[in-house]
Amino acid sequence: MTTTIERPELIEPEDPGGPDLHGPAAQHGDGDHGHHEGPSGLLNWLTSTDHKMIGKSYMITSLVIFFIAGVMALVIRAQLTSPTASIVSFQNYNVLFTMHGSLMLYLFAGPFAFGGLANYIVPLQVGAPDMAFPRLNALSYWLYLGGSVTMLSSFFVAGGAASYGWVAYAPLSNAINSPGAGADLWLMSLGLTGFSAIFTAVNLVATIFYLRAPGMTMFRVPIFSWNMLVTGILILIAFPVLFGAVVLLFCDRHFGTHIYSVQGGGVPVLWQHLFWFFGHPEVYILALPYFGMVTDILPVFSRKPLFGYKGMVFATMSIAALSTGVWAHHMFTTGVVLLPFFSLLSYLIAVPTGIKFFNWIGTMWGGQLSFQTPMLFSMGFLFAFLMGGVTGVLLASPPVDFMTHDTYFVVAHFHQVLIGTTVFAGFAGFYFWYPKMFGRMMNERLGKLHFWSLFIGFWVTFIPQYQLGLAGMPRRVADYLPTNGWTTMNVVSTVGAFIIGASFLFFFVNLWVSWRSPVAAGDNPWDGGALEWFTSSPPPHHNFTHLPPIRSERPTWDYNHPEHHKEHRQGAPPQPDTEKVGASS
Amino acid sequence: MTAVNAFTNGSPTPLPSGARAASGASEAAAAAPRSPGRKWTRWAAGLAVAAPLALAGCNAYPGYGASSGATKQGHDTFKLFSGMMTTGIIIGSLVALLIIWTVLRYRRRSDDMPRQFHENIPIEILYTAVPIVIVAVLFLFTVLTENNVDATVPINATVTSTGTPVVDIRVTAFQWGWRFDYPGLNVGIAGETTNGPNDHGPQMVLPAGETVQVTLMSDDVIHGFYVRDFNFSRYALPGVTNFFDLNVLHTGTYNGQCTQICGLYHTEMLFSVRAVSPSAFAAWASGEVRAGHTLERSGNPSTNIPPVDTHLTPSIPSPPPSTTKGSP
Repeated sequence: MTTTIERPELIEPEDPGGPDLHGPAAQHGDGDHGHHEGPSGLLNWLTSTDHKMIGKSYMITSLVIFFIAGVMALVIRAQLTSPTASIVSFQNYNVLFTMHGSLMLYLFAGPFAFGGLANYIVPLQVGAPDMAFPRLNALSYWLYLGGSVTMLSSFFVAGGAASYGWVAYAPLSNAINSPGAGADLWLMSLGLTGFSAIFTAVNLVATIFYLRAPGMTMFRVPIFSWNMLVTGILILIAFPVLFGAVVLLFCDRHFGTHIYSVQGGGVPVLWQHLFWFFGHPEVYILALPYFGMVTDILPVFSRKPLFGYKGMVFATMSIAALSTGVWAHHMFTTGVVLLPFFSLLSYLIAVPTGIKFFNWIGTMWGGQLSFQTPMLFSMGFLFAFLMGGVTGVLLASPPVDFMTHDTYFVVAHFHQVLIGTTVFAGFAGFYFWYPKMFGRMMNERLGKLHFWSLFIGFWVTFIPQYQLGLAGMPRRVADYLPTNGWTTMNVVSTVGAFIIGASFLFFFVNLWVSWRSPVAAGDNPWDGGALEWFTSSPPPHHNFTHLPPIRSERPTWDYNHPEHHKEHRQGAPPQPDTEKVGASS
Repeated sequence: MTAVNAFTNGSPTPLPSGARAASGASEAAAAAPRSPGRKWTRWAAGLAVAAPLALAGCNAYPGYGASSGATKQGHDTFKLFSGMMTTGIIIGSLVALLIIWTVLRYRRRSDDMPRQFHENIPIEILYTAVPIVIVAVLFLFTVLTENNVDATVPINATVTSTGTPVVDIRVTAFQWGWRFDYPGLNVGIAGETTNGPNDHGPQMVLPAGETVQVTLMSDDVIHGFYVRDFNFSRYALPGVTNFFDLNVLHTGTYNGQCTQICGLYHTEMLFSVRAVSPSAFAAWASGEVRAGHTLERSGNPSTNIPPVDTHLTPSIPSPPPSTTKGSP
């Protein structure tokens, strides 16, 4: 990595050497290289309140969930390859798509971002020694792990796991139509992980508001942390509503209430209102952190500051505000909501999203772009999210929604959005911050193979699904008639899904290579600009031994490139000649 | 350009002013990303002119794989979809080309530090304002189409305002099948599929060229009434009565299916719609009555009796006035 680092190198983190693989605990213990007085190994993992340890635990757990849910997706695709396939029974098929969606959305996409990467990166980016409430942070993780185990355990109870779809529409989810403990465990898992998310949100918001380093004004906070702040506020708005809805459903199931059932004067549609009042902010709770990752990655690999920093902040806030008023666009076909209002607000979300797109392009414009793995994945995100976003604008129109609702058109749309964000942007973030977290590089060639195979598989999988939707194939069906004419496109889609599955083999090999033959990363392998690149890799206990002057959203970059500070617009130019704080050791 | 963007609201007369507005929006969309570079200007201009012309040359409303709509309402929806899709493809392609061009043009060629600029306020204002105009135009066409698709004749009307007859069909979804009741004709059809090789479930027969008012209900959980060629779906919600009109344009058979997960046999909840001429429809109805497929019988379909505790709505309720939109 050729970079123009002009200050003396910090001491390389000691090479963990031959790793002793006693589970994740041992791996984490290596990162703290000597500063941390306390237990090591498993006990350290069990008792740690260090945000870096908790962040890594979150990431490992959520990636395990991701791969379990991914394998479910492959079984679903295999089942749909031919019209008469009977790889799984109807009941098991219903379980598979329910749990695929539930695991991916509740237990992977959110926790990977706001529990994993944000937990690790946000305190570093704002110059804090830890999260504001370290013990609450640990509680969040254990609630999340408990909730995940709860949901997975529902496979092993009598009657099997929940089979009513990840949205659990009443009255299908009531005790008559979905008897058994599987559905109850599903509800409890949502309660547990919901509180995990709420506590993490409290922590992130408090950390960003109160633990910023001196000089780190709000408009110098990197966009990833900004987006995590807005995500945290959205979580505080949305998740309590979900928890309330879940508790009411549990009461309907067990305590004889009739909140969602017609018999006792209840209203089944109420569940949809409550669920989507959570569910649509949830879409942005899932998306905003990943927007933030890409927004942090593009400037680094363009060697330029972010274009339109304040525009980005206001766009994020607008998306969050609008997202609380669009829930009923999931309910256009119920016939009981006011269509034009929700349609208009849904359309308007395209405006701040468009601002983000053009700011991303503006960041690259006139830069010196290099395409290491994180940048490639960010490009994958741009194209995937572009198509997912444009088809999303179509679905904001009630008549078009009548036409495509609950067909594969919608399935293709939200998979493009969610894979664009959680997988392309998520792995961009993973490859980008992996050197910081583990002090070692990922292999570039394997990373590129991972990207290109994923990128190809992605389009091969989902373009046919748009066509399938327009040809009338509904979602959540386990088979179809040979005369429907959907077979060819389903075969193509399945081939694409297995290419996606295979692409992760490169990722596993890459992890293995990086673990067995480590290449030391150094503090700042990408010439990054935010504060996390100023400290060692991995950072010491409590993160920083000293800080650079913070005069922009790129303090590390200012410090490393003093000759360019004059072009910087915000505040007085940094003067590293006279203001070096705590010379590098 | 006009043809592509005039995704009209289904009125027989074209809307020149609206069409022009849409056309202008499309050009404005092309203009938004143009500003940064001259090469790009040529690319964008070429594409923005060529793509719609190429599409318009083939077909005023390119289908993109969708049904053009077997009903009047579905055809309106199709035109909206097609126009929005064309707009989306143009805007999406422009942005994608802009990204590709940026990526190719600014590949790292040296270790020189690029100019460290942060912002360009006029351009940022431009790409905030132009999308607002675009979505405003899209919203306008959406509302116009939506009003046509949602318009219904008055409940219990027997003729439309132009004097053509109205056929009243009560559709009830249940786990896992459909019941089609014709209260004016004393005909009731009910059934569920057996998943046989060519079994497409119970069939709803209706007259082409006349207005059909569908009253949609559910006996148990939420189901989705969806006919692909009608470009339309609506939930069958327990406790709610939904109304919509269908004006099928041509005779033919159209496949339908439940789209909302409703339990174990959701996959097999198929039905079909057969549109016949009005005279053939009358003959069919009297034949069904003679065959004993009357309302009383379909109220208790021998093939499937929903569980008592989830069986809520009587087979032919009087429509509650306030639970639904679309009622006059």
